[in-house]
Amino acid sequence: MMESIIQIRELHFARGTHKIFNGISLDIHAGQVTAFMGPSGTGKTTLLKIIGGQLRPDKGNVQVYGKDIHHVSQNELYDLRKRMGMLFQSGALLTDINVFENVAFPLREHTRLPEQIIRDLVLIKLEAVGLRGARRLMPSELSGGMARRVALARAIVLDPSMIMYDEPFTGLDPITKGTIVTLIKELNETLGIASVIVSHDVNETMSIADYIYVISDGQVVESGTPENLGSSSSPWLQQFLQGLPDGPVPFHYPAENYRDDLLAGR
Amino acid sequence: MVTATIQNLGHWTLSLFERMGRASIFFVRVLAAVPSTFTRPRLIIKEIYSIGVLSLTLIIVSGFFVGMVLGLQGYVTLVDFGAEESLGVVVAITLVRELGPVVTALLFAGRAGSALAAEIGLMKTTEQLSSMEMMAVDPIKRVIAPRFIGGIISMPLLTIIFTAVGILGGRFAGVGLLGVDEGSFWSQMQANVDLVDDVANGMIKGVVFAVVCVWIALYKGYEATPTAEGISLATTQTVVNSAFAVLGLDFILTALMFV
Ligand SMILES: Nc1ncnc2c1ncn2[C@@H]1O[C@H](COP(=O)(O)OP(=O)(O)OP(=O)(O)O)[C@@H](O)[C@H]1O
Ligand SMILES: [Mg+2]
Repeated sequence: MMESIIQIRELHFARGTHKIFNGISLDIHAGQVTAFMGPSGTGKTTLLKIIGGQLRPDKGNVQVYGKDIHHVSQNELYDLRKRMGMLFQSGALLTDINVFENVAFPLREHTRLPEQIIRDLVLIKLEAVGLRGARRLMPSELSGGMARRVALARAIVLDPSMIMYDEPFTGLDPITKGTIVTLIKELNETLGIASVIVSHDVNETMSIADYIYVISDGQVVESGTPENLGSSSSPWLQQFLQGLPDGPVPFHYPAENYRDDLLAGR
Repeated sequence: MVTATIQNLGHWTLSLFERMGRASIFFVRVLAAVPSTFTRPRLIIKEIYSIGVLSLTLIIVSGFFVGMVLGLQGYVTLVDFGAEESLGVVVAITLVRELGPVVTALLFAGRAGSALAAEIGLMKTTEQLSSMEMMAVDPIKRVIAPRFIGGIISMPLLTIIFTAVGILGGRFAGVGLLGVDEGSFWSQMQANVDLVDDVANGMIKGVVFAVVCVWIALYKGYEATPTAEGISLATTQTVVNSAFAVLGLDFILTALMFV
């Protein structure tokens, strides 16, 4: 196994009184695809933002490339972030510039490459996500799935050594989904980068992940290789992987008793 | 009852200081980002266009009407004393010292300030600022500072344009419509408007108001709650707070400069 580039130890995080993480510890290794899975609202996006240094944990520490990301200077933080790519769940494209310029944005900000090379790099990444022909469109003219693919191209344009994908497969048709799965796998294998995937798509995730953390209720409830998890006897995990509505996994946001709640309105 | 009132007052004061503190820290961060922004003039020029050039129509039309009204009102008053050839002085002094800077700032807050606050608030809501941060690009440097510089360059220029067009409006009303002698209109103005006392002080006001209005707009946008309501609140507060700040500061500056 290659070196671990992210180490999370005893992470606690709360939004107001709502505890989101309750002592999570995990490792992410170079050259591997690590997946976070878990019910909606368990804090997967939050976890990525903590790793990226955008949110501060209440307790615990997060080491990225051997540095405590929440206790470094802004310059060091930005140096670390140049080595990370992040695909936002919403895409988060810059709406005042077109697709080409969005993908070129990190290059223009961080390099002094000549225009011709920027053009080539951008077109290569756009070709990889199948949107070379859409380069002149504005973000408002893209469909949701297209916007996320542009965001993916942007996330990989600086060739980061670690990429975090927040829901890379949602809203994609099966063909595109297949292409993106292959793309993520290729990036991971050929460049030996660390990939972190947050996803609900059990099949896709199981097919490309090397290691999976299942998070629920502020804790890592299961972790292991896809084979391990697939053959696990935990009823919790089987319910989650097979998508059964009934079982130990809470589908609801914590709430008071349903019947009492309905009756309370009278 | 009394303790509750005191508590509320204390709470309000604390939150006021907290907000002022946050706004000051924001201001210092923006100032710190200003020098490096000058190495990217294209970003600034783009903002001068959207903040300044696009406000021109409003400023010119308003300036002309304000000047015409000054011409009419000034004439009505002066003619009783047989002093209507001083109309040029009255119009010019009023515009240069007061109405130019103040009205431009109020119009600017309504036109460009609210637009800035809404734009930045929306960039925050749609995670564009967040995604920049994750790309190791500081939004203060990339988004806020160019707008700050663009606003501070544009607004004093708009003040000059407003004042100049206003004087033309006054001439149109006074000389063109009411028949004041053109020669005395201009020569009295030239003789009695002082470069330092009037023009320079007026420009100082223009610059101070520019800093304050742009700062308020950018801060309100940057600190907006990332929701539709948050943005609507940010734009409203931008206009209201700018108006208070401009009128209050105008009183202080006038007292310091002209009394
Ligand atoms: N800005 C915020 N303010 C307050 N609470 C928030 C905020 N953002 C998220 N939360 C809360 O944090 C919890 C975790 O949110 P998060 O977005 O990380 O979930 P997620 O696991 O990514 O879910 P999904 O799979 O639906 O994307 C949620 O319960 C949500 O209510
Ligand atoms: Mg999420």
